Amino acid sequence: MNSLIIASRELRSLFLSPLAWTMLGVTQLILAYMFLTQVDYYLTIQPKLVGIPNAPGITDLVIAPLFANAAVILLLITPLLTMRVISDERRNKTISLLFSAPISISEIVLGKFLAIFSFLLIVLFSIALMPLSLLTIGELDLGKFSACLLALALLMAAFNALGLYMSSIASQPTVAAVGSFGALLLLWIIDWAGSNSGNSSNLLEYISIMRHFENLLRGLIHSTDIIYFVLFIAGFLILSIRRLDNDRLQK
Amino acid sequence: MSALIEVNNLTRKFGGHCAVDNVSFSLDKGEVLGFLGPNGAGKSTTMKMICGNLTPTIGEIKINGYDMIEQPKLAKAELGFLPEIPPLYPDLTVDEFLNYCAKLHGLKKPAIKQAVSHGKGKCGLTDMGKRLIGNLSKGYQQRVGIAQAILHNPSVIVLDEPTVGLDPIQMLEIRQLIRELGEQHSVILSTHILPEVQQSCSRVQIIHHGKLVLNESVEGLSYRMTSSSLLARFNQPADVGELEGLAHVNAIESLEANHFRIHHQQGTSIAEEVAEMAINKKWGLLELTPEKHDLEQIFLSMTQDSNTHE
Repeated sequence: MNSLIIASRELRSLFLSPLAWTMLGVTQLILAYMFLTQVDYYLTIQPKLVGIPNAPGITDLVIAPLFANAAVILLLITPLLTMRVISDERRNKTISLLFSAPISISEIVLGKFLAIFSFLLIVLFSIALMPLSLLTIGELDLGKFSACLLALALLMAAFNALGLYMSSIASQPTVAAVGSFGALLLLWIIDWAGSNSGNSSNLLEYISIMRHFENLLRGLIHSTDIIYFVLFIAGFLILSIRRLDNDRLQK
Repeated sequence: MSALIEVNNLTRKFGGHCAVDNVSFSLDKGEVLGFLGPNGAGKSTTMKMICGNLTPTIGEIKINGYDMIEQPKLAKAELGFLPEIPPLYPDLTVDEFLNYCAKLHGLKKPAIKQAVSHGKGKCGLTDMGKRLIGNLSKGYQQRVGIAQAILHNPSVIVLDEPTVGLDPIQMLEIRQLIRELGEQHSVILSTHILPEVQQSCSRVQIIHHGKLVLNESVEGLSYRMTSSSLLARFNQPADVGELEGLAHVNAIESLEANHFRIHHQQGTSIAEEVAEMAINKKWGLLELTPEKHDLEQIFLSMTQDSNTHE
């Protein structure tokens, strides 16, 4: 309940700044362009696919790549969204309003998380509209499509949690943005080591966000991947709570 | 009646530096406590601890009987806090901000509207509801900060330098407001402005280098101020009755054995008579010091005495 109050205030402030609108616009524009090229590509190879048994359908060839591209764009924009949520409050000393109100630290962190997550869900919704428009001319594999939606929602939450943590440790928003971008990119590519020679480490593969995300995109809803994301999100939220709690203990 | 605020042995260390050192006090309903001290004395740190913004290294804080560490939610519900820098969101309007604060403090829907209009009325913000906080002047922002602190009708109000940045008329209004608030709530206020304390507070505490060096009611303080006094120490036991018999003596306070504070009427000097009497009666006069008699002097003596101790 208290978290929702904080979340709605945060979301409101977000939409009062041009940042949120710019992000929605830019994301939509780029993804729409990618979606169109993907549809175009599908139309050129469609005649060849007819002859192949068990050929990949439009869901595999258009929607999955679209969501994979969306993930890369999210990698760029989520740090910008999360960078100021806690560090700005700390810089402007508005955090003391929350500290002296009858609210627990977990509710504060959860509220901040929900605010950014609701914004990201709006992004997800506008991305989902593009594949849904295909329903007017054909059929989609709705199972795979929902797996893609789930994958992107989990990815958003994970990026959000990490960005929130970075914002809670950084004293300046830009530092938080650079920190979370770096951390996310590293987690994205961490399984590259040894993957070409075929002797990649299992641990690095497990840590990599991309592995789990790609499994889900393919329509494979595996509990390992879901647990990975849940642990990731919960872990960084708990770390943020601890960090914010530390503000009151400082030195 | 139980105290609304109880602070016991409060200590706060930042690294090796001790910002607040073993401070204890309590405050009843209807009292306005003025917190005085030079810069960096530990006023803000103490206030932040009372409001749960900082955890004390040692010590306990009870707000209306609720422990700040053990039951923070219950304790904080009784609390309104205006920090040194008012915690305002510049991109919200005054109404939006106050609504948000009311919700944070758990007010219910019907109560919110009333609380917000009441708070605005008290702080002279009635016409400012639709204005963006970021566009308001410093004085009005300060008022929004105060409105935020009194919005949910807390039993304890803590104001850290509430009159900073206000013009003299606003300052008078705020002091008036603080006096009004003091009738129904407990108020702690910190300030650098000494006359403000005399005008709005019922009790004064001076904090210096983290230690509480004075804790006195305003009556006691004004007694110190209007009737000047002498500190006298004798070697032999002195007869209080005979000292009281001297002209212009108002009262005699025994401090320790053979150590007295002699209050006398302002503008008269009785040092000579006391000395004469001491010599005649062979009390063995050891010390005879006239005491300072104005808040500024009290403040300076309190804060400089401790400097020389270091």
